[in-house]
Amino acid sequence: MSRRLAPYLLILPGGLWLLLFFVVPMVAMLSLSLQQGDVVSGYQLTWHWQTYVDGISNYQTQIVRSLMYGLVTTVIQIVLAFPVAYWIAFRGGRSKSVYLFLILLPFFVSFVLRTISWKFILTDESFLLAPLKDIGVLPADFHILGTAVAVIGGLTYNFLPFMILPIYVALERIDPRVVEAARDLYASPTQTFRKVIFPLALPGVFAGVLMTFVPASSDYINSEILGSSSTTMIGQVIQAQYLRSQNYPTASALSFALMAILLIGIFTYARALGTEDVLKVAAR
Amino acid sequence: MNEPTNFDPVLFRGMTQRRLSRRDALRISGLSAAALALAACGVKGQGNTGPTAPAEDQIAKYWAGKTKNGKVDFANWPLYMDPKHPELKKFTQETGIKVTYQEVIEEMGPWFAKTQPQLSAGQSIGFDLMVITNGIQFKKYVQSNLLAPLDPSKLTNFKANGGATYKTSSYDPGNAYSTPWASGVTGIAYDPGKVKTPITKLADLWKPEFKGKVGMMSDTSELGNFGMMVNGVDPAKSTPDDWQKAASKLKEQKDAGIVRKYYDQSYIDALGAGEVWIAQAWSGDIFQKNVSEGTNLQFVIPEEGGTIWTDNMAIPITAVNPVDAITLMDFFFQVDIAATLAEYINYITPVPEAQKVIKEHAAAASGEDKDFLNSVADSPLVFPTAADYSKLHYYRDFATAAEEQQYQSIFEPIVLG
Repeated sequence: MSRRLAPYLLILPGGLWLLLFFVVPMVAMLSLSLQQGDVVSGYQLTWHWQTYVDGISNYQTQIVRSLMYGLVTTVIQIVLAFPVAYWIAFRGGRSKSVYLFLILLPFFVSFVLRTISWKFILTDESFLLAPLKDIGVLPADFHILGTAVAVIGGLTYNFLPFMILPIYVALERIDPRVVEAARDLYASPTQTFRKVIFPLALPGVFAGVLMTFVPASSDYINSEILGSSSTTMIGQVIQAQYLRSQNYPTASALSFALMAILLIGIFTYARALGTEDVLKVAAR
Repeated sequence: MNEPTNFDPVLFRGMTQRRLSRRDALRISGLSAAALALAACGVKGQGNTGPTAPAEDQIAKYWAGKTKNGKVDFANWPLYMDPKHPELKKFTQETGIKVTYQEVIEEMGPWFAKTQPQLSAGQSIGFDLMVITNGIQFKKYVQSNLLAPLDPSKLTNFKANGGATYKTSSYDPGNAYSTPWASGVTGIAYDPGKVKTPITKLADLWKPEFKGKVGMMSDTSELGNFGMMVNGVDPAKSTPDDWQKAASKLKEQKDAGIVRKYYDQSYIDALGAGEVWIAQAWSGDIFQKNVSEGTNLQFVIPEEGGTIWTDNMAIPITAVNPVDAITLMDFFFQVDIAATLAEYINYITPVPEAQKVIKEHAAAASGEDKDFLNSVADSPLVFPTAADYSKLHYYRDFATAAEEQQYQSIFEPIVLG
């Protein structure tokens, strides 16, 4: 008897946790996105799918912009993170954990605080820009705060450790004997990298992309602090719909639409990478 | 003859496997539970949609059994009190009640959205007294019964010293739920160091020479009012058509790249830092910035008109220390307290007698202080005349929730880009 029940009992704690803190809120939000009404007179479930259509058509520029920013951020991060992870994994020697700790050190400071500190660095008359303007390298009315560059810069900076660590883990797992074998077979360092190391690191890259593309696309703090009204991201729209207009159905509908788009994107990427099962890769 | 059959393991497995696997069972039960939950969901409404004045017994019921606890948590906007809190210190000296003052409110929309869920659930928001603007959210607070009905017997100073106009306001007749803290004017502020021509009209905010250096407000009520007034429309009488025209005018401003950003109260920091040269601004903020940081910002009420609003003290219904809160509320209507507050914050005070007291302070002072206090006492931004009032308009008030949502859906896309 207990043998048959054993699997169910084993998943009970985790399952309950997921049920209470993931499934229930998701279902509640899904239901809310189909409701109509307002805060004072209450909401009724009317299966109003029009909310989705209206939301997506009104804010399609923001959705596309957010996905673009997320994509650019992810690509830049791969370019930046790979050398760092490679260096730590192959040349780190005994101080690997120290280097990793240094990378994680900024995380001890709050996310918002770090973004605001970027605002100080990038403001028009900051200690960085003012001297450059004085000596004429930059034009006097040059401003970087409020542009897409500032927002993408902030996003890249804030999520970089999430890209460095998975790639490091993947590189760390590479059996040095495989690299040695490649050298024995007359592969140059570039060829070794291209044909052996990089493909073996791809699962790490995929995990890193998962951990940065999704939060970066739905981020709202960087655009709020470093951006302007021309860099509004969908995360800000959802927050404004929720906080400023108490338009809960639209906010929920936009959240689900964003989730669906990101899921489709991730699954497409997983297919392109050649992994049959996204979970298998993430678990590796 | 018979051959030994080739035993196909796949066929064997297919024929003997359970039709419904464990995984399928879990999947189906999960989906059906989700579907049931979906159908059962619904958020209950909070209250009726008409304006409510509390009945006599409601007031008595609320205040029955509430006692003085010796402390009060006060939530307010920035730049609404001298940072040294002299009035609060005097209050503690007089009554022994300790005040915790926090400047946590920057915009009405987010404040309402943050407090409404907890208040509706009957939980304390951590504050006993808060200052909220008359507008859309104030109405929602009242309609959802989230504010404590005030006991007039505890508001003796207000009865004696409060201005007559504040006792018959349209948004809270008879001061059932709130008493005024300060009124202010939304106009235009600019830095004369960067803006060489004098600014007098709303239309100046649309000038191409200020491209990328104009700050507008993100509050749709404020933004919409400016859009309507620049088109010559009185917001109180505006129709959805007027809103569309105002929105297109604002969109023009945005598409031409003239607006740098839509700000909440942080516009004042942007003005000070030089990120914007000219901004939609609240009157008192500018004077306080000039005094505290020595800037030389100027404030004007535009020719086409400005917006006037009143921030009010209200007690949330789940306040832990309501008796202390109402004592603090009444304290600010002592004439000398109202006078020192107005001297610092430079907003319109609800106590008309304060003007006399400020002039007395000016007579007793000397030098710079004397000039400053005299300018406060004579300022039309702290003590407006009837002529000044005629140029000022309130926010657009909405009869139904549908109307309000229509207004929001017209102006929000401008702020959200």
